[in-house]
Amino acid sequence: MSTAVQTQPAPTIATAAARGASLRHTLHAEWTKLRTVSGPAWLLLGVAALTIAVSTAAVGATHCPQNLTCPVDTTKLSLTGIQFGQAVVAILAVLTVSNEYSSGMMRVTLAAMPRRQAVLAAKAILLAALVLVAGAVAVFGSVLAGHLILPGHGFTAARGFHPVWLSYGPTLRAASGSVLYLGLIALMSLGVAVIVRDSAVSIGVVLALLYLFPIILSFIGNEHWQHRLERWTPTVAGLTIQDTTGLRSLVITPWAGLGVLAIWAAAAMLAGGLVFRFRDV
Amino acid sequence: MTTQAISVPRPEAGFGDGPRGGGFGSLLRAEWIKFRSVRGWVIGMILAALLTIFLGVFAAANANIGCQINGGPPKSGKACLPYIPHGPGGEIVTDSFSFARQPLTGNGTITARVTSLTGEHADLNGGPAQVGSGMVPGLAEWAKVGIIIKQSTHQGSTYAAMMVTGRHGVRMQYNFTGDTAGMPGAVSAAHPRWLRLTRSGDTITGYDSADGTHWTQVGTVQLTGLPSTVQVGMFAASPGYTVTQNSFGGNSFAGGPAQATGVFDHVSLAGGAPSGAWTGTTVGGGGPAGAGPGPGGGSVPFTRNGGSYTLTGSGDIAPVTPGPGGGLPTVTIGQSLVGVFVGLIAIVVVAAMFFSTEYRRGLIRTTLAAAPRRGAVLAAKAVVIGAVAFVTGLVAAVVSIGVGVPKEENSGQVLLTASVLTEVRVIVGTAAMLAVAAVFAVALGAILRRSAAAITIAVVTVVMPFLLTALNVVPAGVGDWLLRVTPAAALAIEQSVPRYSQVTTVTSPVRGYYPLSPYAGFAVLCLWAAAALALALVMLRRRDA
Repeated sequence: MSTAVQTQPAPTIATAAARGASLRHTLHAEWTKLRTVSGPAWLLLGVAALTIAVSTAAVGATHCPQNLTCPVDTTKLSLTGIQFGQAVVAILAVLTVSNEYSSGMMRVTLAAMPRRQAVLAAKAILLAALVLVAGAVAVFGSVLAGHLILPGHGFTAARGFHPVWLSYGPTLRAASGSVLYLGLIALMSLGVAVIVRDSAVSIGVVLALLYLFPIILSFIGNEHWQHRLERWTPTVAGLTIQDTTGLRSLVITPWAGLGVLAIWAAAAMLAGGLVFRFRDV
Repeated sequence: MTTQAISVPRPEAGFGDGPRGGGFGSLLRAEWIKFRSVRGWVIGMILAALLTIFLGVFAAANANIGCQINGGPPKSGKACLPYIPHGPGGEIVTDSFSFARQPLTGNGTITARVTSLTGEHADLNGGPAQVGSGMVPGLAEWAKVGIIIKQSTHQGSTYAAMMVTGRHGVRMQYNFTGDTAGMPGAVSAAHPRWLRLTRSGDTITGYDSADGTHWTQVGTVQLTGLPSTVQVGMFAASPGYTVTQNSFGGNSFAGGPAQATGVFDHVSLAGGAPSGAWTGTTVGGGGPAGAGPGPGGGSVPFTRNGGSYTLTGSGDIAPVTPGPGGGLPTVTIGQSLVGVFVGLIAIVVVAAMFFSTEYRRGLIRTTLAAAPRRGAVLAAKAVVIGAVAFVTGLVAAVVSIGVGVPKEENSGQVLLTASVLTEVRVIVGTAAMLAVAAVFAVALGAILRRSAAAITIAVVTVVMPFLLTALNVVPAGVGDWLLRVTPAAALAIEQSVPRYSQVTTVTSPVRGYYPLSPYAGFAVLCLWAAAALALALVMLRRRDA
């Protein structure tokens, strides 16, 4: 008994000491988990490859013949691939969580690291960091494709098209914003996956969030409602960050649009965090 | 020990009999039991149907059309609609033009030479414009002047006409939907166009000529129910000018009112009892589509200078098509099926799980131990999920159209009607499309063994091409190409209105137009599903479970 009484304070001190280091340890553990399976690496590669491939294809297929006016936002066109790349980001984010649930690994994780908020935070930080890196590669490749190909297809400065390059302010905003966009999509998907747990249902919900809204909105006859809803749709609002022409006719300003997506991501993460905290595994 | 030794062959015999004797039927039954005993999947399918219906009806009910006519009380819905003429074939048509006419009794021939076709249209770069102000010279693609034989001046009555057009040379058109090409090239004083229409009973024959001596027959048409006295004469009309002729932005639409002016000479009318005097009439108000009252009324100023006549008109003689070009708030039955995209995601999720879940739980080993013929297992799963998806889609499509379409009509939109056969094709085709998409997802689930990747591929390949095209993210040419080769081509099965080449319109999938014909588009998805099934079969046989 006396030994037990003596040992009691020791763990408390250890816990207190560990508290500062705990996020670092959790991060390290999550990093090990991500690093040691091949899936995430392939998916990150897929984000970059698919985005650049689709962007290049879109840019390559677009010509502006002489004596025609071409209502094209060259920067947005160069970033077309993001529309596809975000699907791969969503898969990566969903699998980060749902794979642990389907294999039962989550029980081990939470036994080893009982502070659930730290586990979720570590997952979010790592995922966001990786997606931002892959997204930066993807966006840079897409912008490079637009920069190299578009002037040869008639989109020259002489005809009033701005350069698709990072030295041009709006293009820099669109490019950096697109990277952030992918990061926010990852966080929103992660939040959904934590709530839903099952990978199939999670990916269904996330894809619906990404792709369904714009389709349904395009069918709504009432322009007032259409306009109002578009402002609050994660992808329609979020992707306004890519617009560099016709900014006045946008439903929402670019950074505010990205802010709307950030609200969606924050709401999903908050709901996910609460559910994760109070639910049995 | 002996009893055991005896008992061993029995299960083996039963084992071998299973797939051969009870065979595929019992496999189907097994897969059906697997499906219906998972509550989540059944709920998923019910949810797919409910969401499809809800969204379709929501989108349909959301249109809100209001108007105020001549300072009267504000109205909404159906009360805002103008008189809508129907053509001889029952389709909704635009029938408004300037008409210099006289009656013709019995058989006869009208001949005229067109020496000039000019026009003006709203300046699209100069902000909003109206007829009379802000107009710049230019011709709409399908601006038309020429000669016409028409039952009466009533909108929608049967007719046949020979005309020169803005961009499409000489045409013979009849009864709104018929269109035959004649001499190519633009008309000018140096290159005039001679046009001739001959009536013989119900038969109208059209000719064109460059010199008035050598005539070429363009076409011949039977106009059933043509009365003995008809109206013949010269006409001029121009649909709204649009920039859809811009080769890049085939989907982007900007338009404004336009009018066309034709100069005629060598006008002659032979046969019957011509009265000799031309009466100017504006059929259908002559304004934009559907702007006028029912029967023709009002006089149109046309000038005569010796043997030369100048006639100016606006409007069109053509079927109404979806999109802003027609001037009417039109809908098609396919537009109340927007919810199908939601249903598709739900069905694809269930279908992909139907196979990939067996890998996660290790059930696949039990399944393949019980039924070692792997191809049959794959086929049974495809049949079961395809049938379930078909029934779900059928219910959803029938209710969506049954509830959504009346709501659209009540809100003041004009339904572009389709024949019963077309409606059946749209409804059954939608259900079949969902079924084949489910089979595609099952096959992807078997190939990838991971539901997330399988679902994403199935959803993105069907939804993204539509989205990119509908929202003008990619140029029109690329969008058309995507809707031809990707699984999204199957959405063409929902097209309920024919595409008329003689009407400038926005051929966006949101308006119900697809680049492939309905069955060809559906076949593309079937090919994708078949290819995925074949690959799944190969993988399933080669790989350990």
